[in-house]
Amino acid sequence: MFRFFIRRVALTLPTFVALMFVTFVAVRLVPGDPIEARTGERGIAPERLAMLRHELGLDRPVWQQFLDYANGIVHGDFGVSIVTKTPVLSEFATLFPATLELTLCGLAFAIVLGIPAGVIAAVKRGSVFDHTMMTIALTGYSMPIFWWGLLLIMFMSEYLGLTPVSGRMDLINFYFEPVTGFMLVDSLLSDQEGAFSSAVSHLILPAIVLGTVPLAVIARMTRSSMLEVLGEDYVRTARAKGLSPFRVVGLHALRNALIPVVTVIGLQTGTLLGGAVLTETIFAWPGVGKWLIESIARRDYPALQGGIMLITSIVILVNLIVDLTYVAINPRIRHG
Amino acid sequence: MNATSTPLLSIRNLSVTFATGRGPFRAVDKVDLDVAAGELVAIVGESGSGKSVAMLAVMGLLPWTATVTADRLSFDGKDLLALTPRERRKIIGRDLSMIFQEPMSSLNPCFTVGFQLREAMKAHLDLDKTARQKRAVELLDLVGIPEPERRLKAFPHQLSGGMSQRVMIAMALACNPKLIIADEPTTALDVTIQAQILDLLLRLQKDSGVGLVLITHDMGVVAETAQRVCVHYAGQQVEMQDTRGLFRDPHHPYTSALLAALPERASGRILPSIPGVVPGLADRPAGCLFSPRCRFATQTCRTIPPPRAGADLGYALCHTPLVDGHPRALKKLEMPA
Ligand SMILES: Nc1ncnc2c1ncn2[C@@H]1O[C@H](COP(=O)(O)OP(=O)(O)OP(=O)(O)O)[C@@H](O)[C@H]1O
Ligand code: SF4
Ligand SMILES: [Mg+2]
Repeated sequence: MFRFFIRRVALTLPTFVALMFVTFVAVRLVPGDPIEARTGERGIAPERLAMLRHELGLDRPVWQQFLDYANGIVHGDFGVSIVTKTPVLSEFATLFPATLELTLCGLAFAIVLGIPAGVIAAVKRGSVFDHTMMTIALTGYSMPIFWWGLLLIMFMSEYLGLTPVSGRMDLINFYFEPVTGFMLVDSLLSDQEGAFSSAVSHLILPAIVLGTVPLAVIARMTRSSMLEVLGEDYVRTARAKGLSPFRVVGLHALRNALIPVVTVIGLQTGTLLGGAVLTETIFAWPGVGKWLIESIARRDYPALQGGIMLITSIVILVNLIVDLTYVAINPRIRHG
Repeated sequence: MNATSTPLLSIRNLSVTFATGRGPFRAVDKVDLDVAAGELVAIVGESGSGKSVAMLAVMGLLPWTATVTADRLSFDGKDLLALTPRERRKIIGRDLSMIFQEPMSSLNPCFTVGFQLREAMKAHLDLDKTARQKRAVELLDLVGIPEPERRLKAFPHQLSGGMSQRVMIAMALACNPKLIIADEPTTALDVTIQAQILDLLLRLQKDSGVGLVLITHDMGVVAETAQRVCVHYAGQQVEMQDTRGLFRDPHHPYTSALLAALPERASGRILPSIPGVVPGLADRPAGCLFSPRCRFATQTCRTIPPPRAGADLGYALCHTPLVDGHPRALKKLEMPA
């Protein structure tokens, strides 16, 4: 187990180096540069342009810029935003809880509905429930996030008036200092009546939108994994003991069926964080995604580089944790 | 069959049909079986002759594609077919348990041996936690597993095939059953330990007085241990006799061919092969299913399904059951009611 851990961690190092290179290049592939983005159509005097470029280090050779950037990251310095002049890391740290809260809630939505749906579909394979579930899952999987988000806003917010259209909190009626950065927690801590339900009502639509694709994937994966496991000899053994179907399916079969599902959930976390960018834009959710999109518009190289680097590192980290969990829940590997 | 005492397990005309992509497939066709308390009955037959399916039907463990019908399927005085699933689960795993062909895949890889062993007791016995643990240790000891306490904490993949089958046997014994069905309990094991496991099973059966249905390919074992033998062929039960009678004077040509093909009788331990194959779904003959391979086959055999003979002729499913190796025409009256 320990050796596996070391090996697995060592394997992520090259990924980080590649990641550093790719973000650096990708950011610079966007046409224009930070100064053009700021001056826009107005134009700028050549000597002022040269000065600004020098100030931002853009006049230095690209490879040197890369070395500076890489060197900074190795020392935990992700640079300073060109626009806000604040360190990228602290800006990220302020915004990330919002993204994390959204992602976790989206994931929770997907898991809480996806696993039972997949299990029931597998147990009742070929039934109306099975066919309906799998059709919904396929639809959910192929639905463009943007369109699905707008559809939900139109129906739930505009037509039914059930949920707010955007943001994380009703800022007119409530104000409190962030403690954890999670609105659900902070609103509870604030002791203000109605704050929590306001947080929930803001969160619910974005979480559903974000969780839809993972929900579809988890439900389908659970179903197929479960179908396979239900045919295994040890499930027959469990039934031969006279155990209740609930115990046979929910314990003996599910425990085994979950092994691939956990991997899929981990892989979905990457998709989720990516999807959060879009979802945050649709719902004006003040998180990392919205910030990154805005940084693209401003060609804020340090913010973009650092932001993408950080969010991707988190994805890599999550995948690492998933791999270790996989080992932990699978005794065949644990004691291999 | 013992008419005076009611048998523990009593089966009449058990049939199992699977719904398959190519239409219904009858895997078990009108099988009878009686097992008295403490008796050892063997079921023999080539691969695919429906032995496992018939016993899984008794346990109620067949997949949903299977349709089970029977004139009688009673265990311990209860009609198994009339029970609700919940009532049936009270019997399965307690009074009636089963040992499977593949020990390695029959244990759940995610749970420890101890967990899986105690779980059956938890479901059926009125024992508290410590009592269950104590009994688990005793059971492993009983089936000859050294260091039982340590083994209880092991996961199935840490056990060898023979060890796994010992655990399966312990599990089958956990709730003091009245009948155990052992489905080829040694086939998947190394030849070197097959005998050990079988001896263990037979010793435990003798000691505890539990009834045992032993599905096997091993005619040698049958000759040495079973009181009665059922011979299955292509889903049908072609003969049932006392073991001594069966080996002395087999009445069905298939049984006779099986015994004739045994090298020096009981010394060959594997079910001998006889020419030809068991007919599948597509190539079932119209008359007797054994007719393509039977050396006594007549035109009648090929067109008309044979009737069942009486007890004196081993309930042989044959137009002309053998007596002392020679075909004898059935009298009409000998068909069972
Ligand atoms: N779930 C199922 N669906 C369809 N057909 C099945 C199913 N299970 C078993 N069968 C068929 O039923 C027939 C009898 O199978 P069974 O496993 O009872 O044979 P067996 O006598 O136990 O053979 P073996 O000695 O190899 O264990 C086989 O032809 C098999 O293909
Ligand atoms: S009925 Fe005919 S073919 Fe079938 S076993 Fe008897 S003699 Fe052979
Ligand atoms: Mg079998």
